[in-house]
Amino acid sequence: MALLSNSAVLLGKELRTEFRSRELLTTTVVFILTIVVLFSFTFDPSASESRRFGPGLLWLAFLFAASLMLQPGFLREQNNDTLSALRLSVSDPFAIFLAKLIANAIFLLLTEMLLLPIFAILYNVHILAVFPQLVLVFFLGSVGVAIPGTAFSAISAQARMRELMLPVLLLPLLTPVLIGSTEATAALLAEKPELRLDWLGFLAGFDVVFLTALWLFGEYLLEE
Amino acid sequence: MIKTVFVAVILFTMIAFTAYLAFHYAPIEKTMGPIQKIFYLHLPSAFSSFIALGICFYANLRYVFSREAKWDWLAVSAAEVGLAFISVVLVTGPIWAHPVWGIWWTWDARLTLTFVLWLLYIAYLLLRSMLEEPDKRALFSALFGIFAFLDVPLVYFSIRWWRTQHPQPVILGGPGSGLDPRMRISYLLVWAAFTGLLILLLNGRYKLEAMRASVEELRREMEVR
Repeated sequence: MALLSNSAVLLGKELRTEFRSRELLTTTVVFILTIVVLFSFTFDPSASESRRFGPGLLWLAFLFAASLMLQPGFLREQNNDTLSALRLSVSDPFAIFLAKLIANAIFLLLTEMLLLPIFAILYNVHILAVFPQLVLVFFLGSVGVAIPGTAFSAISAQARMRELMLPVLLLPLLTPVLIGSTEATAALLAEKPELRLDWLGFLAGFDVVFLTALWLFGEYLLEE
Repeated sequence: MIKTVFVAVILFTMIAFTAYLAFHYAPIEKTMGPIQKIFYLHLPSAFSSFIALGICFYANLRYVFSREAKWDWLAVSAAEVGLAFISVVLVTGPIWAHPVWGIWWTWDARLTLTFVLWLLYIAYLLLRSMLEEPDKRALFSALFGIFAFLDVPLVYFSIRWWRTQHPQPVILGGPGSGLDPRMRISYLLVWAAFTGLLILLLNGRYKLEAMRASVEELRREMEVR
């Protein structure tokens, strides 16, 4: 229970820090929007083509954005020398990770929900009828991105070339998430929308595997 | 030193002998023809790479819990040797695929998994070069290695399910279930030789890493004085 209450306090801190400036969210939304627009120049898709390629492009854009967006999570603590204080303040270091990854998942989900309607208009796909199901897919996918992303941002914060290291570490590892979320999204945006429970289960499985790994090994990631 | 040279000589004789077996003793495969001979290089390399990556994972785990530098040395040796073997697999694969499938590459489950593995372990080695402090480098790369290894089955299953949704672009080849006994003997020998090669390379690389660590330590001592 101490874990949950600690995490809740830390989560509050993360959200307050972000919503005071909203720097991260604004920049990420603009970044993804740019990518989505640039994609359309390279493909010039018709309606049926955008139904086929759209989900993949969208998820790829989110993955790239996430690998940049997750960067400041631990870097900020390190630059302000607050990591040791943070570690001393909680009994279980997993609380720090839990708070940061929930915050990251919320940020990701927020940007996705902001961009989904814009994407639907630009690429002419219908999302209104399947919106709740889409939210579910995006939720599982975002959590899948946020768990290893948060863990690796603690690693890359200590490395040289950290801005490049995080995508290099994270993106190949996220292959299953990319495939699972793209397939599930594509099935929902198809002519006959379908909720692919197998892929949702797979995404949930990915989340559980890496959450467990983070729970087991997270404390070592915070050693100095 | 002499022991290593001795083992190396034996191994290279063995590999040369299996190459002879592959070309002159084992029969030519019925449908694929002589191009199938590349399997005598492709399969044992794939096998050795998986063993190496398994060793890397084990060493990573041991390092995280024991913090003994030797496990870190073993992990980096295994990762480098494994990466070399995966590279052989990735190069020989398309050479075989082009005449048989008619294309160099297809995004089939096994091919894609191998490629993603290659990327993951390159990232592992890159990360090591980007971390200055030895303890930190060992710990963080070990943790990344553990995460990467856990990802392997997930990558495999996701690609397999993803691919079964689409029509297969080509019929999957590969040696069938019934092997000619002469082929089997050749395979067994080349397998043994490549496993030996794996151990030899691993051993050499491990010693190099141990030496490198002691040089680094001596240099630090010099700087303190």
